Amino acid sequence: MTTPRLDRRQLLATAAAFGLAAPHVARAQAQAVKIGLVAVLTGPQAALGTQLRDGFQQGLRHLDGKLGGRPAEVIVIDDELKPDVAVTKVRAALERDKVDFVVGVVFSNILQAVFRPVTETNTFLISTNAGASPFAGRGCNPFFFTTSYNNDQVHAAMGQVAQDEGYRRVFILVPNYQAGRDAAAGFKSRFKGEVVDEVYVPLTQLDFSADLAKIAAARPDALFTFMPGGLGVNLVRQYRQAGLANIPFLSTFTVDEATLPAQGEAALGFLHAAPWAPNMDNEQNRRFVRDFEAQYNYVPATYAAQSYDGAMLLDSAIRKVGGNLADKAALRRALEAADFRSVRGNFRFGPNHYPVQDFWLCRVARRPDGKFQTEAVRKVLENNADPHVGECRMRPA
Amino acid sequence: MSPELLLVQALNGLQFGILLFLVAAGLTLVFGVMDFINLAHGVQYMLGAYFGASLAAATGSFWLGLLLALPAALLAGLVLEFLVFRHLYDRDHLAQVLATFGVILFLNEGVKLVWGAAPLQMPIPALLEGGVALMPGLQYPIYRLGIIGAGLATALLLWFLVDRTRAGMLVRAGATNPEMVSALGVDIRRLFTLVFGFGAMLAGFAGVMAAPILSVEPGMGDTPLILAFVVIVIGGIGPIRGAFVAALLVGLIDTLGRAAMPDLMRLFLAPSPARQAGAAIASMLVYILMAAFLAFRPAGLFPVRTG
Repeated sequence: MTTPRLDRRQLLATAAAFGLAAPHVARAQAQAVKIGLVAVLTGPQAALGTQLRDGFQQGLRHLDGKLGGRPAEVIVIDDELKPDVAVTKVRAALERDKVDFVVGVVFSNILQAVFRPVTETNTFLISTNAGASPFAGRGCNPFFFTTSYNNDQVHAAMGQVAQDEGYRRVFILVPNYQAGRDAAAGFKSRFKGEVVDEVYVPLTQLDFSADLAKIAAARPDALFTFMPGGLGVNLVRQYRQAGLANIPFLSTFTVDEATLPAQGEAALGFLHAAPWAPNMDNEQNRRFVRDFEAQYNYVPATYAAQSYDGAMLLDSAIRKVGGNLADKAALRRALEAADFRSVRGNFRFGPNHYPVQDFWLCRVARRPDGKFQTEAVRKVLENNADPHVGECRMRPA
Repeated sequence: MSPELLLVQALNGLQFGILLFLVAAGLTLVFGVMDFINLAHGVQYMLGAYFGASLAAATGSFWLGLLLALPAALLAGLVLEFLVFRHLYDRDHLAQVLATFGVILFLNEGVKLVWGAAPLQMPIPALLEGGVALMPGLQYPIYRLGIIGAGLATALLLWFLVDRTRAGMLVRAGATNPEMVSALGVDIRRLFTLVFGFGAMLAGFAGVMAAPILSVEPGMGDTPLILAFVVIVIGGIGPIRGAFVAALLVGLIDTLGRAAMPDLMRLFLAPSPARQAGAAIASMLVYILMAAFLAFRPAGLFPVRTG
């Protein structure tokens, strides 16, 4: 008995035929909306990416796995916090998997890497965290939206807090890289008092004792800092241990629900600025936080909340166009309408597709169940648009 | 800079140096005695911190956590030695570097599977809580003084073990001429296993001691590992004394450099660039020192005499 043997040319032809036929088969079937969900899921910053992914999945769960009435299929992409890896994987998702939307992205450098590959294929890119300044201003793009914020706004909100509180002398402590320098500049854009000292530390810093001694010697009215991830865990605990906690700790991206499990009591009473906090009192948010915690057993941070909003945004837009994703101009108008109920309460996009929203002063508190979360104290900026929106000339899609 | 601030910064540098010494001691022992480059040494430091944090949480006591984490770190070291490193002793350094680098990747992901990606915390023991006021407004944490004490005690113990005991004598002999020691009827493999386990335990000890002040997270061992190699290059490969002096040197230069460099640069530059340039140069200082040693004294501070 012999099996019929294909020669190589026949094999190639068969494969090619299948390859050509496959999209038709897929289209004829379930009509699923394909989402490429980009998040960092390995390495030291994986906790943030996990938050982002889980927030989006929770949104889908509340939508019964559908976006605008069509079944949704999520392809999770781990960007490994490496721009080259992110580009390769996102290209594969666009070309091989034919995703309809690319959603997610925690870090700005990853966003900058995947921005052109996605938007150049006329695919919508929805950032649910990274809010780089270039794309808010001159580099704004009809295919790019963000449900988070522009980084500058958050730092500026903290500067406004320092100004409102009447602090005269503030000590600034940030990592020595672009985002750190932007943080210091953003803070100073609204704080008009004296900056006693600005200390730049390496991104790999483990021990802040030398800087803490400097802060103690300078005796400022308040400290402003931006120390994301593990940097913030170390700083917060060492700040408390050095007995400096009587100097107000004003921070951005330093104490949030992703780092609070490790900071615990050391962060109690520390301040940060954000467009959202888990205790925001609206129906949509109560439902999100309650069900998210029941599902994942940890407190959601802004990464999760903004991704949840991202899922809701997609749902509203796809519903508006009746599930027809081919008409890009209509889809874009539907996204711009942002006709969904955000966990932040009100939500609308500015002309550059960045949210125009309120920013809150939040304080770290312990909940009755012993877990830690940030809680909104007061509104600092109302209906705030980012400083770059004036430079954006949005071209038609 | 006021005298008090200088004193505090010197103490900070000392404490950082001591922590580095605990990591570098095990590395230099293994490197010196076994001629084995173990990049996974930083991972063993991380494992120690994870063991300490989770055992302290489980038992509710820092001291029990510390006590149980040491045998756990030892065991983890021995398992790694048995599974991976044992097969690399006779290979060249490149193979060792590649394989132990693989162990880093593997275990960094491994701890994330077991403990999750979010950082853990380990509380400071009640006995060492609080601080002493060395300068107005700053409490110097007693726990940090505890680290200095524990590091000095470990250094003394190591000196005693290596210089004054029979096992230490064999280790020193094995470092100079393993074939001869083996020919004299000493089981050199077992000796190596012993040294390796001890080195792993030292790294684990450093991890547990660091856990209450640093965040316990995947990849936390990578930075100390690099600095530990700097320490070894400066101190010379093998001798504990070299690792001790070099670790303190690196700790002091790094800390005092970070404290003073931006002020120093302000003599030449405008305040804003001075701060950034100062910070950048300060973080380079220890590597500049290392490069100087490589150029002018490649065998390190205390070279091992051979032959």
